[in-house]
Amino acid sequence: MDKAFSQIYKIQGGNIYNAGKASTEIKSILKQLGINSFIIRRVAIAAYEAEMNVVMYAKHATMTFEVTPKQINIIVEDEGPGIADVSLAMQEGYSTATPEMREMGFGAGMGLPNIKRNSDSFKIESVVGKGIKLEIKININ
Amino acid sequence: MTLSEIVESLSCEVFTGNDQLHMRVEFGCASDLMSDVLAFSQAGALLLTGLVNNQTVQTAYIAEIKAIVFVRGKKPSREVISLAQDKKIPLLGTPYSMYEACGLLYKKGLVPTMVCVPFKA
Repeated sequence: MDKAFSQIYKIQGGNIYNAGKASTEIKSILKQLGINSFIIRRVAIAAYEAEMNVVMYAKHATMTFEVTPKQINIIVEDEGPGIADVSLAMQEGYSTATPEMREMGFGAGMGLPNIKRNSDSFKIESVVGKGIKLEIKININ
Repeated sequence: MTLSEIVESLSCEVFTGNDQLHMRVEFGCASDLMSDVLAFSQAGALLLTGLVNNQTVQTAYIAEIKAIVFVRGKKPSREVISLAQDKKIPLLGTPYSMYEACGLLYKKGLVPTMVCVPFKA
């Protein structure tokens, strides 16, 4: 399949206050490409939740963003502590957030379930002590 | 209802978006948790919140929130206002509490939007 667009973003862990640059840029690009606004919102929310997770929990990550004629793919590979119990992390309300994260309005235990909810295909691989790989696919049609 | 009507109903200060007060919003949502805004809000909503930081504006942009009302007399920093200007999201501020502000707007016909249906992973 021909790739219409592809971009790689580096995300640094730690600074919650200014986080969200990659996902807001992804949203702007999708708008410029004329993608349906309902799809854009799903992609933007999934990307933003994934970006916030990196900023809050990991050291750094690469976010690969691809637009093909049929779907939008976001792959996030981070270096960080990983998740010991993925099924627990997928439950709404389960969170290991710090008070600082909660002060910024995050850490309600909604992130991963919300990424899944906005995706047509969602895969998560975690290696404790190494990091997490997320594969998010959202169909355009 | 228009943002002008909201400004009047809630005695709002307009931090940015004076040129957008003709904008219409049909439904609203309220939360201090941006996680919940991302999970439960709908595109086009007005957001009432007590959380005054960059992530409030980023979340609004991502979730297609039309305008933000800060409750309890909270004031955004210059940096937050500038981010909102960049994203063209009007920022209003009311002295009312979240509960009162929601009640006043609800009474005027601004309907709720959050759909809090439990989701199974």
